[in-house]
Amino acid sequence: MKSAGKFVAPIAGVALVLGLAAGPSLAAPSGPPIRIGSTLSLTGPLSGTAIIHKLAGEIYVDQLNRKNGLLGRPVEWIVKDDQSKPDLARTLYEQLITVDKVDLVIGPYATPNIVSAMGVAQRYNKMLVHHTMGIPSLAKYEMQVPAWSVGPNPETTVPNTVLDALATLPRPPKTVAIVTSKFPSVYLMSKGAQDVIKKRGLTEVLFLEWEFGNRDYGAIANRVKDAKPDFVWVGAIGLEGNQLLDAMKKIDYVPPLHFYMYPAPGPLAKLPEAKNALAASIFEQHPPFTNNPVAAEFVKLYNDRAAKAGLADNAVETQAAASYSTWQVLEAAVTATKGLDDKAMSDWLKKNQVDTIQGRLRFDRNNNYGDDLMRVKQVQNGQWVTVWPKDWAAPGARILTQ
Amino acid sequence: MNLPSATLLAQSVLSGVFIGALYGLLGLGLSLCWGMLRQINLAHFALAFLGAYLTYQLSTVGGLDPLATLLVVVPAFFAFGVLMQWLFARFAITPFNSLLVTFGITVIIESAIQAVWTADPRMLDSAYGHVKFKVGALYVPLPELLTLVLASLLAIAAWAALRYTDLGKAMRAAAEDAPTAAAFGVNERRLGFLLSGASAAFAGIAGLCLALSFTLAPSQIYSWVGVVFAAVMIGGLGNPLGPLVAGIVIGVSESLTMALTAPAWAPLVSFSLLIVVLLVRAEKI
Repeated sequence: MKSAGKFVAPIAGVALVLGLAAGPSLAAPSGPPIRIGSTLSLTGPLSGTAIIHKLAGEIYVDQLNRKNGLLGRPVEWIVKDDQSKPDLARTLYEQLITVDKVDLVIGPYATPNIVSAMGVAQRYNKMLVHHTMGIPSLAKYEMQVPAWSVGPNPETTVPNTVLDALATLPRPPKTVAIVTSKFPSVYLMSKGAQDVIKKRGLTEVLFLEWEFGNRDYGAIANRVKDAKPDFVWVGAIGLEGNQLLDAMKKIDYVPPLHFYMYPAPGPLAKLPEAKNALAASIFEQHPPFTNNPVAAEFVKLYNDRAAKAGLADNAVETQAAASYSTWQVLEAAVTATKGLDDKAMSDWLKKNQVDTIQGRLRFDRNNNYGDDLMRVKQVQNGQWVTVWPKDWAAPGARILTQ
Repeated sequence: MNLPSATLLAQSVLSGVFIGALYGLLGLGLSLCWGMLRQINLAHFALAFLGAYLTYQLSTVGGLDPLATLLVVVPAFFAFGVLMQWLFARFAITPFNSLLVTFGITVIIESAIQAVWTADPRMLDSAYGHVKFKVGALYVPLPELLTLVLASLLAIAAWAALRYTDLGKAMRAAAEDAPTAAAFGVNERRLGFLLSGASAAFAGIAGLCLALSFTLAPSQIYSWVGVVFAAVMIGGLGNPLGPLVAGIVIGVSESLTMALTAPAWAPLVSFSLLIVVLLVRAEKI
């Protein structure tokens, strides 16, 4: 499932998409714009990551309009600020569909907001392609299309991928501390990790959970240090991982091996204490990912755009790649069906696969999820590099330990 | 279940004292404004974060020592506080309306921070952040120690000023009975400017402490509101020492809760304490 070879195998549906994608004329788009609506958490606790999705979406729309748009028409992206609030996301999607009368909708960032948007999309029979929904079991709507390649059971497959990677070390971990935020998608993974650890015969020496928005990580750091684990699984989203590492630094504690579920990637990589930190990834800006010319072009544009936007880290990684992939999926569906019929696009996606910069996506398993393409990355010299599986590792990269 | 070690407990108490000192420092200006000017100033939190971002900017781009940034931040914030008080007086804002107005100011400041520094998290990498002292098995980080020292000094100084100086006595008199104080020559308007300016300056100093110890993001403004309000109310409105003492009690309670039980229970501590205080000694608030 995780070999690079599988993703380069020819598949008819992909060939069709590639053929259509390669074929458009370079005439400027004309006619009334196709309006695509979405929200993003431009303010609020999720804004640090949502800004990445905004940049990726803007780049994709610019690229579309520099070609011949969608179906020869220009594309207009209407993005509203859901303030990191699922209830507001619901209202705004309702507004996008009924007041702004957008032609298509695309997902917001983060699981709770996606679930809200999905309810509205279902009410109006709109297809919803979304970026990062981490709880597949909640995605019941038949016309929702996940571009987040975690597979239908990430709570099992992702921890197994991480522990498979660690099992290759000369001294694999035997004891594990799990500390986790109660943010829904992160919590699911951490509870899953707890089960996987037990099944693999490892010893859980600590399990702690905190409310999303916790400020003081001192006591949590102290308890991890006290438990003396070989490996710390940190179920953290956004800045929580940084805050925990800050607290660990203050008591001179360096975890021997440490994994972070959904970190704010740039800030974590820049933190000296995050040396050798592991995380899950679908894309990093190094070969073999950047061997794909579309990915290489996106990396170049994103690096430039992120620098201009003043982001602390300009690299393309998981979040930006997930966002870009979502737009690729939407474009593929529109192009292949030659229209904006939500049902037709959704049906087409369930029967076909789409090549994206994170790999080939399929939508025909439970709740339209496909394969788990998650890889493992590590902070090495202040940069994220993929270290597992070997097929996707950066050239010469291997897992480093403290 | 393994029992926590003595070191874990002691370090947790210490962490609680440090975080509690920050609650107290954040609550100092809020308490004075609320208790003496009858303004519930939600913008105090936004000001503190603006101060933190200015500290970050002046240190990382301007090359100033973080402590030296106070030379810029404190006067600027004092002036902002005076301006706010002038507007409040000019439009006769009632206590309840002050909550709404300052919430609006908070949103504006948050948006301004996001426009200038983006939503991307920022972290001040100062020399202070790398210094820590070891006392036995316990670690004392310098930024947290600075916060404790600053919070204590400012709280004691404010308390002493209110208690022993003519200016302080005039402020207390004006807060208690403005018409009578005015009959004795107390200029309530000017004292209001001074108090509001000082409160905003305290927010700027709290910003320095935030910048030294925490990763900054605009949205984090709101994560401090609940617990600091609890510290202010438990400590007593208009009492400079109250928020510090209450903050430390809350901080230590939270830390011990996290050390002994699930950290997810910690947020309940401050509000549980607040409910108890409201039930037992509501008249003191």
